[in-house]
Amino acid sequence: MSEIAGILPDLLEQTGIMLWMVALSLVLGGVGGLVIGTALYVTRRGGILQQGALWWVLNVLVNTFRPIPFIILLAALQPIGRVVVGKGIGTEYAVFAIAIAATFGIARIVEQNLVALPAGVVEAARATGASPWRIIRTVIIPETLGPLVLGFTFAVIAIVDMSAVAGLVGGEGLGNWAVTYGYRQFDEVVTWSALIVVVIVVQLIQALGNALARRIMRR
Amino acid sequence: MAQHIVLDRVSKRFPPAKRGGEEIVAVDDVSLAIERGEVFGIIGYSGAGKSTLVRLINQLEPVTSGSIAIGEVPISELRGRRLREQQTGIGMIFQRFNLLTSRTVAGNVAYPLEVTGVARAERRRRVAELLDFVGLAGRADAYPEQLSGGQQQRVGIARALAASPQILLADEATSALDPETTGEVLDLLARVNRELGVTIVVITHEMEVVTRIADRVAVMEAGRVVETGTTYDVFTRPQTAVARRFVQTVVRALPEGDDLARLRAKHDGRLFTISFTDEGVSEARVFSALAAAGVDFNLVHGGVDDIQGRVYGLLTIAVRGEADAVDRALDGIGEGVTVEEQR
Ligand SMILES: Nc1ncnc2c1ncn2[C@@H]1O[C@H](COP(=O)(O)OP(=O)(O)O)[C@@H](O)[C@H]1O
Ligand SMILES: [Mg+2]
Repeated sequence: MSEIAGILPDLLEQTGIMLWMVALSLVLGGVGGLVIGTALYVTRRGGILQQGALWWVLNVLVNTFRPIPFIILLAALQPIGRVVVGKGIGTEYAVFAIAIAATFGIARIVEQNLVALPAGVVEAARATGASPWRIIRTVIIPETLGPLVLGFTFAVIAIVDMSAVAGLVGGEGLGNWAVTYGYRQFDEVVTWSALIVVVIVVQLIQALGNALARRIMRR
Repeated sequence: MAQHIVLDRVSKRFPPAKRGGEEIVAVDDVSLAIERGEVFGIIGYSGAGKSTLVRLINQLEPVTSGSIAIGEVPISELRGRRLREQQTGIGMIFQRFNLLTSRTVAGNVAYPLEVTGVARAERRRRVAELLDFVGLAGRADAYPEQLSGGQQQRVGIARALAASPQILLADEATSALDPETTGEVLDLLARVNRELGVTIVVITHEMEVVTRIADRVAVMEAGRVVETGTTYDVFTRPQTAVARRFVQTVVRALPEGDDLARLRAKHDGRLFTISFTDEGVSEARVFSALAAAGVDFNLVHGGVDDIQGRVYGLLTIAVRGEADAVDRALDGIGEGVTVEEQR
């Protein structure tokens, strides 16, 4: 009991860092994924902004990045990180790498949900003389928002997973803390308290995502 | 009446589905002139090219060749913003309604008004007016899935009319509805045409729809328009095989083949088919002429149909009696009636 009291300040601090990493990479990767996923959908054959060459480039990009194991990507992106965030180590760099991985993962999730939108709904909007950009904003995104929220929830959990290996590049967070003080120092209390916190966080995120999607879809 | 929608030698070809496959000719060299204020029907079997044709009219698809004009505007030449401006003047309704599930009824109807940049207060006023017109005044805040199919199509019609278009395109608009609801929606479309003066193009494979509201009709087969005429003419005197097949599904056909043989076996005497295609003639006049001549007859086949509010009758009778008396009686029926012996 006293040991838990002893590690509690660190546990809370590292949980906070993890949540911050997850939130920031979700925002960055979410925006990137939404943009690329939507672009894939509208530029495909029969799309409202059909554009074969752009679609092809985006598709190859997503197909190339998505299967790379994150731990390898984390190491490989260091040179780019030095240019973009000023360094190739630390929590900020880890967020950068997670955001890149999340962008391509989320792009596919977004694309898959948009493809499921009945074509007739887009056609009805086109028939009113709406511009492609307006159709994206007022039809495509709002009509798929429920499934998109579920897709993002799925992505958050993958991001929590990725955030745990930030320690490899000197980043902080719950994962690094569990490895450094729990695994390496044979302190099972540390390891297990990290695990329990992650489980709780993931459960909360999933519940929140489900509730939100349910509300949007009115069921 | 002035021409409103003019198609001049319009074709639409789609690239083959597979590499090295055959190009699909969905619309093949179609010329049509649809007049302002009329209800124009386009009928044809599935795959005939009806939907493609209507999607060319509002340029959801560009033409491969030929040209389309809406009034004076060569819509098939326009692209981008200038095309979208013209599209706001053409409403469209669909078989599956295609309403936005993320918006309420009012939100759906407001959509075209947002596109044309109508201010919020004016939008609200107009939406209320439209919902009133289609008979959904109380349902503004409902979501589409809370409405029946017929109500959803009314929302679709209100949405299509929101930006006060001069043209309404209906692609199988009643094909997903039951017969009663179909009738209600057709009545509404007839009102849109009558009260608002909107030119309506209805595409359908349901003949009842056409006989009920279309002034004129075009019959499509394999991408071509094979027959055009007033609905009454096409349905009473179809010229092509496809048109005849369609017509027979609503207008009682002449007995032929097995049917005719069965009638002959059951009834003695000669069989005559009497058709009357105009107002002022009724079956009563036919019957009384026969009775007056003292000819004994049985009505063995046929009936009377209503096409665009006009009567069309096709009756087969079995007649017994002296050949002379029969011929005299039938000759005496007079104008507007055709009598043909079934031999
Ligand atoms: N976007 C498209 N791409 C390829 N072929 C199409 C497309 N739209 C329609 N077609 C083809 O064109 C023909 C006519 O289709 P359509 O206009 O939908 O007929 P209808 O509405 O009379 O049933 C069909 O053979 C159909 O497969
Ligand atoms: Mg069709």
